[in-house]
Amino acid sequence: MSGLMQEVTVKALALGIPMSVQLDLTYRCNERCVHCYLDHDDHGEMTTAEIKHLLDEMAEAGVFILTLSGGEIFLRKDFFEILEHARELTFCVKLKTNAILIRELEAARIRDLGVESIQISIYSHRPEVHDAITLVPGSLKRSINAIRFLKSQGLKVRIANVLMIQNAEDYPGVRALADELGTEFTLDPTVTPMMDGNRSILSLGVDTTALQRVFRDATLVRDVEEFCAVSSPADDDALHSLPCSAGHTSCYVSPYGDLYPCVQFPLPCGNVRQERFADIWRHSEQLKEVRAIRVKDLSGCSQCTHVTSCSRCPGLAYLEGNMRGPSTQDCEKSFARTGIPSVNLQSKKPSTANLIQIRMPPALAAVSA
Amino acid sequence: MSRLFIARNKRVAARNLDGEMMIMSGKDSTLFTLNKTATIIWQAADGATPLDEIVERRICPVFEVEPAAALQDAETLARELATHGILDVSDEPIDSSTQVGNAPAGDSR
Repeated sequence: MSGLMQEVTVKALALGIPMSVQLDLTYRCNERCVHCYLDHDDHGEMTTAEIKHLLDEMAEAGVFILTLSGGEIFLRKDFFEILEHARELTFCVKLKTNAILIRELEAARIRDLGVESIQISIYSHRPEVHDAITLVPGSLKRSINAIRFLKSQGLKVRIANVLMIQNAEDYPGVRALADELGTEFTLDPTVTPMMDGNRSILSLGVDTTALQRVFRDATLVRDVEEFCAVSSPADDDALHSLPCSAGHTSCYVSPYGDLYPCVQFPLPCGNVRQERFADIWRHSEQLKEVRAIRVKDLSGCSQCTHVTSCSRCPGLAYLEGNMRGPSTQDCEKSFARTGIPSVNLQSKKPSTANLIQIRMPPALAAVSA
Repeated sequence: MSRLFIARNKRVAARNLDGEMMIMSGKDSTLFTLNKTATIIWQAADGATPLDEIVERRICPVFEVEPAAALQDAETLARELATHGILDVSDEPIDSSTQVGNAPAGDSR
């Protein structure tokens, strides 16, 4: 985040303004990614008129950055009508898409409408790996073609690479592809539980060894020593800081009008079909509860070595059952980064292992060493 | 002396945050914030109203400044913003179809 953007965000926080909103236009999708957290059936998406009205309300409430995502946004026949309306309202519009429906014509229209950037999911540079994740033969080729169309229009494109067991070895290849195509590249080692709480897809996430490899890759983290260092103890300021921007300066709206603190934090706060966006934002009891949480209130985490450097996600913690608790996936990341288990991981150690260690005779211990 | 016309560039993103515009350039995503005076000029940049008229009607009555000095400052600002691609400037009126819509006021409770 640039210095000025940070400054503006601090001001928005003080004024209680939602700077940034992700709006999913649909959960329908033309890919069937094995790790996807969504139910792709249409349970009653907002109509064009409802979405335009919502955009009016969001602009009035001060929303500046609008991320349009899904599902696959280009499956909505009214996508360009919505985008045009969003740009008339001078939102800074970012798109998230698999891009397989973007051709020259769509790319030119996206440019004409002044979209800030387009994020496209690429899982591997190898078709057999990427297509096996999306479950759509030919999808890598189509996404890459779309990136070329978008780049030829001078648009900013970012390739997002989710790291999983299936593609754990491929991120250097995806990064090289991004360089070749002239796009930015982000790597995300987090597989998210399904929005209904089903955690079965978490088994697709990479193990500690793969995470360690990523966190010690200087081409990704720049200064490995600094990135993997154990953070200094939390001072009073750190303990009174906010755990995350979700619900403070940003939120998420589903295709059905449900408002949540974040796409990864499915705590229902209200529905924009029943209440004005600004009223939910200001008066929702759930958002007030989220906003009241400070780092010092986090059970376990506030005493943890990693408290000032951990990427703890309150949404993932909520999906684990306690929005004030730890998110184990982030504990695992902190462990892979530093080699030191978090308070949460220590408490999960099986007690039998401790007993074995205690009972181990000195002579045997020496052999094992 | 020819008159200067200014119009908001259609590729920018903009929002009013507590009386000050935040504007993101469509050219390179650089973020700018305008102070209250510059914000008034930005909001009045409809392509049809000459800059001297904007200064005379919208700036001078509010800020008690010398019109000539205010106009000079406004011209400098307009040309600077034009170099970043967030305002269009011309010696002739600018077609309104090239403008972005009026940015809503935003919440400034």
